[in-house]
Amino acid sequence: MRRLKALYTWFDSRLQLGEPIKEMALHPVPNKTASWWYVFGSAAFVLLMLQIVTGILLALVYVPSAGQAWNSLNVLNHQLTLGWFLRAMHGWGSNFMVAVVLIHMAQVFLFGAYKFPRELTWVLGVFLLLMTLGMAFTGQVLRFDQDAYWGLGIGASIASRVPFIGSTAVHMMLGGPIIAGATLSRFFAFHVFVIPGMLLAFACLHIWMVVKLGINEWPMPGRIVRRSTYLSEYHELTKKDGRPFVPGAVWKDAFFSAAIVAAVAVCAAVFGPYGPGGQPDPTIIQTAPKPDFFFLWLYAVLSYLPPSLETPFLLIAPVLGIAGLVALPFYAGEGEKSWHKRPIAIIMLTTVAVAWGVLTHLGTFTPWSPKMNAWSGGSPIPVRYTHDASPLQRQGAIVFQSKQCRNCHALAGIGGQRGPALDLVATRLTEDQLIRQVLQGGGNMPAYGKNLSPSETTALVQFLETLHPLNQPAAADASRQAAMAEPAPKP
Amino acid sequence: MSEEKLPVGQHEEEQAPVDPLTVSRRWFLLTVGAFFNAVVGVAVAVPVVKYLLSPVKSDDAYKSWVSLGSLDTFPVGETRLAKFTSPVSREWDGETDRIACWVRRISEKEFQVFAINCAHLGCPVRWFPQSGLFMCPCHGGAYYADGSRASGPPERGLFTYDTKIVDGALQINAGQMPTLSNTAKLVQIESAKGGSPCAG
Repeated sequence: MRRLKALYTWFDSRLQLGEPIKEMALHPVPNKTASWWYVFGSAAFVLLMLQIVTGILLALVYVPSAGQAWNSLNVLNHQLTLGWFLRAMHGWGSNFMVAVVLIHMAQVFLFGAYKFPRELTWVLGVFLLLMTLGMAFTGQVLRFDQDAYWGLGIGASIASRVPFIGSTAVHMMLGGPIIAGATLSRFFAFHVFVIPGMLLAFACLHIWMVVKLGINEWPMPGRIVRRSTYLSEYHELTKKDGRPFVPGAVWKDAFFSAAIVAAVAVCAAVFGPYGPGGQPDPTIIQTAPKPDFFFLWLYAVLSYLPPSLETPFLLIAPVLGIAGLVALPFYAGEGEKSWHKRPIAIIMLTTVAVAWGVLTHLGTFTPWSPKMNAWSGGSPIPVRYTHDASPLQRQGAIVFQSKQCRNCHALAGIGGQRGPALDLVATRLTEDQLIRQVLQGGGNMPAYGKNLSPSETTALVQFLETLHPLNQPAAADASRQAAMAEPAPKP
Repeated sequence: MSEEKLPVGQHEEEQAPVDPLTVSRRWFLLTVGAFFNAVVGVAVAVPVVKYLLSPVKSDDAYKSWVSLGSLDTFPVGETRLAKFTSPVSREWDGETDRIACWVRRISEKEFQVFAINCAHLGCPVRWFPQSGLFMCPCHGGAYYADGSRASGPPERGLFTYDTKIVDGALQINAGQMPTLSNTAKLVQIESAKGGSPCAG
């Protein structure tokens, strides 16, 4: 024991780290803050460490070359002992990290922890979030499969919309004129060197400030933050009602971090690694590219925005969003911290969370996309729709199926959701309206006038006219009925 | 290990008063040193920036005429998928230097060659001859047979390549992923046919 102590003294008299670490570990935190609500930040940092370790382990095998990356991922998945598990850990670790960082941010926002004197801690946190998302996107590119390839295409298309320097932005992003070897190499450099380096430095600064400025006290309604009095009030609180960080609060962090890493491992073992999907051959066009989980919301937004708003949204919304987050602690640096007294904050957080959830959910089944094989690989027109049909109407059903109408319009719940389901279309549109809609399109439907012969159109509309319930007649034009009616016999 | 005496927090002691002239000379030398660093920094930064910007070239610098094969492979009145190797490619590009495009042969001598990339966000569009539409799997953009916009989020029609016929083979001027930033200023050159109104 004495030997050990001597060894410690020998090292510490040279390193001189003992004192500052002791001071850091024993700094007092408010008793109420030693809560399970305050464990997300440390968990995010532990996940960052996990990502670094698993990332290095994957880099031992991964080949950052457009020609070989996909193969090396398959070797990792199928040929190397537990290579699949390391890939799964890294993939699920990234999911968990994004989620924990977002929860951490929501909690900090809800608890008013960004207020004086922790403004800069929040601002660094905003950049940490952006870098985490940057890691997620560049990581998705390194999984160099079809989704990665076309995801890069989407990224380049967004970059090309920047006024004046769009072309330069695309060339810088792709490292050349097309998505190819140079593109993967630069995304590798960003994912492995540039962003992690910054992320680590920023995270350490972030933690340094958390320790130096003290952990945010539990918000109490009526305890107002004022720049002039806060520091002494906080000091008073930690002195009267505080405990040393180690072990008073840190044991909860330790438990939660261990649980999170265990959860990552369980997900990795149960669900396995992400992809790689199809090989990155751009001439294989039978593909429906989709981003990873955390970018699905953006994917959904891009399909719902009117075309004219898209470029402004893509270029202005992120700037405004980031500026708003950075400005928050300067705009609301004082005042109430408690959520009981901050209804607007609650509404904002709820709105963002609900919008994000809904858009992500929509992104998982993309109702705005045509189902490319609904006409050929899906199910035929249900028998009950043609059971009592005339030959002409049945011909119309064939036209309906073979002209890919089903790619956008569902029948009996099967087909695309781009356009309305047509099971009851005859109750909504008269025959004339149907003919006009088919031939001229409109309301986001292409015009089929050039691709249907008059006989095909007639058959198709006759079939559509049968799509109404037995107890509800098809819509009819009263004036047309009057005009077509037999003239009444003269009295 | 014997008792050692190491300096612990002794930096502020033993500071003898120094002549203010000496101090100001030291600050001057530091300023000169910083300036020297700045000059060297800029001198080194210039090649670094040039290196970083090396992929940025004019659109024409990347483009050249590529053959899509004999005219016979494209029947009149039909739209077929064609593949070519990008004129700018490196050994380690793997499959990614292979590019697909849609070739529509309008008549004996008239061609339209559309980029595979949707004008919305670059996803690969698919041709459906039965309904005469191109459809995009990402956000549901649709285009007519002549490449003009039919529905969905795209702001414009499909991107087109300039075409010409040389020795019975169809050639296109390609080499760059078409996006809104480069294809919007496509110029029709002589003997290039089939520029649809959507060529911009």
